[in-house]
Amino acid sequence: MKHRYLPTTDQDRKEMLETIGVESVQELFADIPEAIRFKGELNVEKQLFEPELIRYMSKLASKNANTQENVSFLGAGVYDHAIPSVVDHVIRRSEFYTAYTPYQPEISQGELQAIFEFQTMISELTGMEVANSSMYDGPTALAEAGLLSAGQTKKKKIIVSKAVHPEARAVIDTYARGQHLSVTEVDSLNGVTDLDKLKSEIDEDTACVMIQYPNFFGQLEPLPEIEKLVHEQKAMFVVSSNPLALGRLTPPGEMGADIVVGDCQPFGIPAQFGGPHCGYFAVTKKLMRKVPGRLIGQTTDDEGQRGFVLTLQAREQHIRRDKATSNICSNQALNALASSVAMSALGKEGVRNMAEQNIKKAHYAKAQLEKAGVETVFDGVYFNEFVVKLNGSVKELNRRLMKKGIIGGYDLGRDYPELANHMLIAVTENRTKDEIDAFAEEVGGAQ
Amino acid sequence: MNTTKDQALIFELSEPGRISYSLPELDVPDVDLDEWLPEEFNRKNEPELPEVSELQLMRHYTALSKRNHGVDSGFYPLGSCTMKYNPKINEDVARYPGFAFIHPLQEEETVQGALEMMYNLQQNLVAVTGMDEVTLQPAAGAHGEWTGLMMIRAYHEANGDYNRTKVIVPDSAHGTNPASATVAGFEAVTVKSNEKGIVDLEDLKRVVDGDTAALMLTNPNTLGLFEEQIIEMAEIIHNAGGKLYYDGANMNAIMGAARPGDMGFDVVHLNLHKTFTGPHGGGGPGSGPVGVKADLIPYLPKPVLVKEDGAYRFEYDRPQSIGRVKPYYGNFGINVRAYTYIRTMGPEGLKQVSENAVLNANYMMRRLQDAFVLPYKQHCKHEFVISGKNQKKLGVRTLDMAKRLLDFGYHPPTIYFPINVEECMMIEPTETESKETLDEFCDRLLQIAKEVEDNPEIVQEAPHTTVIGRLDETTAARKPILRYQKA
Repeated sequence: MKHRYLPTTDQDRKEMLETIGVESVQELFADIPEAIRFKGELNVEKQLFEPELIRYMSKLASKNANTQENVSFLGAGVYDHAIPSVVDHVIRRSEFYTAYTPYQPEISQGELQAIFEFQTMISELTGMEVANSSMYDGPTALAEAGLLSAGQTKKKKIIVSKAVHPEARAVIDTYARGQHLSVTEVDSLNGVTDLDKLKSEIDEDTACVMIQYPNFFGQLEPLPEIEKLVHEQKAMFVVSSNPLALGRLTPPGEMGADIVVGDCQPFGIPAQFGGPHCGYFAVTKKLMRKVPGRLIGQTTDDEGQRGFVLTLQAREQHIRRDKATSNICSNQALNALASSVAMSALGKEGVRNMAEQNIKKAHYAKAQLEKAGVETVFDGVYFNEFVVKLNGSVKELNRRLMKKGIIGGYDLGRDYPELANHMLIAVTENRTKDEIDAFAEEVGGAQ
Repeated sequence: MNTTKDQALIFELSEPGRISYSLPELDVPDVDLDEWLPEEFNRKNEPELPEVSELQLMRHYTALSKRNHGVDSGFYPLGSCTMKYNPKINEDVARYPGFAFIHPLQEEETVQGALEMMYNLQQNLVAVTGMDEVTLQPAAGAHGEWTGLMMIRAYHEANGDYNRTKVIVPDSAHGTNPASATVAGFEAVTVKSNEKGIVDLEDLKRVVDGDTAALMLTNPNTLGLFEEQIIEMAEIIHNAGGKLYYDGANMNAIMGAARPGDMGFDVVHLNLHKTFTGPHGGGGPGSGPVGVKADLIPYLPKPVLVKEDGAYRFEYDRPQSIGRVKPYYGNFGINVRAYTYIRTMGPEGLKQVSENAVLNANYMMRRLQDAFVLPYKQHCKHEFVISGKNQKKLGVRTLDMAKRLLDFGYHPPTIYFPINVEECMMIEPTETESKETLDEFCDRLLQIAKEVEDNPEIVQEAPHTTVIGRLDETTAARKPILRYQKA
């Protein structure tokens, strides 16, 4: 068949078969035993030509309510933020997106330097000394932090606050089971981790304590107090953080965290139904040689010229095989690049401004909802999310909102039976005053 | 390639007061955050992020891109990585707002098109692999391996079989195989290859035991050779109560020719960023769906996508599921690209892909076999391995020859892998390369082999034309500099 991705002509094939010394391509497959050879045609969908394909895929896409044509108040780990136009222009440069892992540094300096810059930005935001080149996403990074802690402390108990993202906790459970580690969840009280319960759970078998900051309910956890409890028992302090929030909030690195992880999705990465996003993984210098995934380091060439290479590879699976600190190979390099471009475009001032606008708009939305007669719960300090208690079901309200072009908040009853009819609302810098007012009116009217 | 030696770091271009982006003015009442935020949360040390103009930013990243080699820049025969062309239409489709700007926690009735795409992709992957069901949740190949092994563990444990602690991997296996086995709580055991480059059946019989949980196999293997004794191997493993795991890294060799499900494999992972053209992105993101046979379906990660009365929904009530391996539903954006590719090819096209990939590899192998040592003489599949041990006797290592290829605008093949072949070079051309490209590359490699005899220094001191010379990796590891620090 002729196909635009397949350049081999019949004449080429003839010449190549001659060189190989066979009559037909089928002879090259003769080593596949007859009994398991596939005969007939694969039952995959038929070929579409480009115009047909565009029509078909556009139709599928149009069946989804997107956050550009609708107004979204849904967050819960994935956020609708402004994405500078330059981001896509950079990541669409095919020198970046059609390259593989930079194993040949002489022709991969662009990628290596860009990721070295990414590592620096993550170090700056988190207040940590070392950041890696990326992980699949925030939750798997958190799970890997649990494995690192267990390996480092030789202890088997992971403590996770229930105010950590429920899907992250589910991922941690699976990873922990793989390594025969136990996971203990600690309740929250008034929207933050219950410190008394946490204190009673931390013991000499504890490998680490995992806290999310801001937590799943949007609230800020008292990291300095938790840090004392954790380190008193020589456990590791693991914090999962939205990096945008750290543009304005004191970073976990300044509050004694040993490992800080999270997801860079807020910086330049579209929601795209949950992936690919971009996990980050930052540690203290002490843990540098235990970090999972790739690290880029600065060095020089034979003429003393500055350059960048993959480094400390003795930690990784392709060298260490079954003794590696993690099995991760592919990461999220292109998305790390996207986040770097977004952070660079926003810049020092812009990141701070964006973080502040999130706090201020969430603040305003909460006040407007209260004014409209909606009950809000939890009274702590929050970033860009907060919780309201509805009279009826969240699902019902969301259906009604959708008819007005509004994507409502997250139904907390899905994960917390005690929070049935509670909605988690996210308000980013993308929401205008008018949109917030309309939303408050709709939600208030339903009460 | 750019000839400028050094490209400043973006931090070094930074000047206070410059911006490349502005948000609209705040349109809600202002709040004094210094007052509102409790002291402990009020950040004092501001993060030092760059301050550049939009043009400075674009020039910086454009300069960086010129210092990078991608498939669009030139031939990239990196063995085991399937560096084929990344179709541009895939990139366009993945950016449709109905795919790019949808939230994973929206009500299911508002994302039926996304679910339909996922469902169709799963069905197509079922067809290509011959498995019974597929999950799209794993983020990449290694993640898929671990997911598959966790399911195998759950299966054995559900049968009360707690003593199956070992996973067998061939000595030619990719490093992720033993690493994934460890992360899934198993002990990795190695089985040897024989003189033909395939698994030694006698050694396999020796290592298989009542404690065998699974055998992980790539077929064709990392030497590019089809494991012709696969039926016997499956029998040995299954008779011992173990499961057979298929590493789909090399799926590009056999689409439409053979299916892992028909070979006796129980679990399969695919690398959609290899065979199915998800771009490699400089190392990721990938996507690593896992397919299983019927008896492992109960253990699939949850939620599982189901179709009922023409509508799609996620099923969460899966009591035997291994749980979640990733938040949400996998790397959806990459899956959109893979689905677009499959629809661009159709069944006949996918079969042609593998035939051409195998033809290209065999052609190159025969063109190169006299100048290098060919450790395994039989026809290969989509890739092959040659050894530079004769050149090494002349004082030139395979690493040197790889660096010399850089001078001619090529990305070198994979080198020193698989680890069971001395001084090896693993070449995978893929089906998207023309005969002219293969010929030019072979001519260059033959020229380099001649240089090794006539003028070894030019090879030993390569590369000569890149923006930077060979880098000091020892110092990089001994005194790591992992971030920029202002002088």
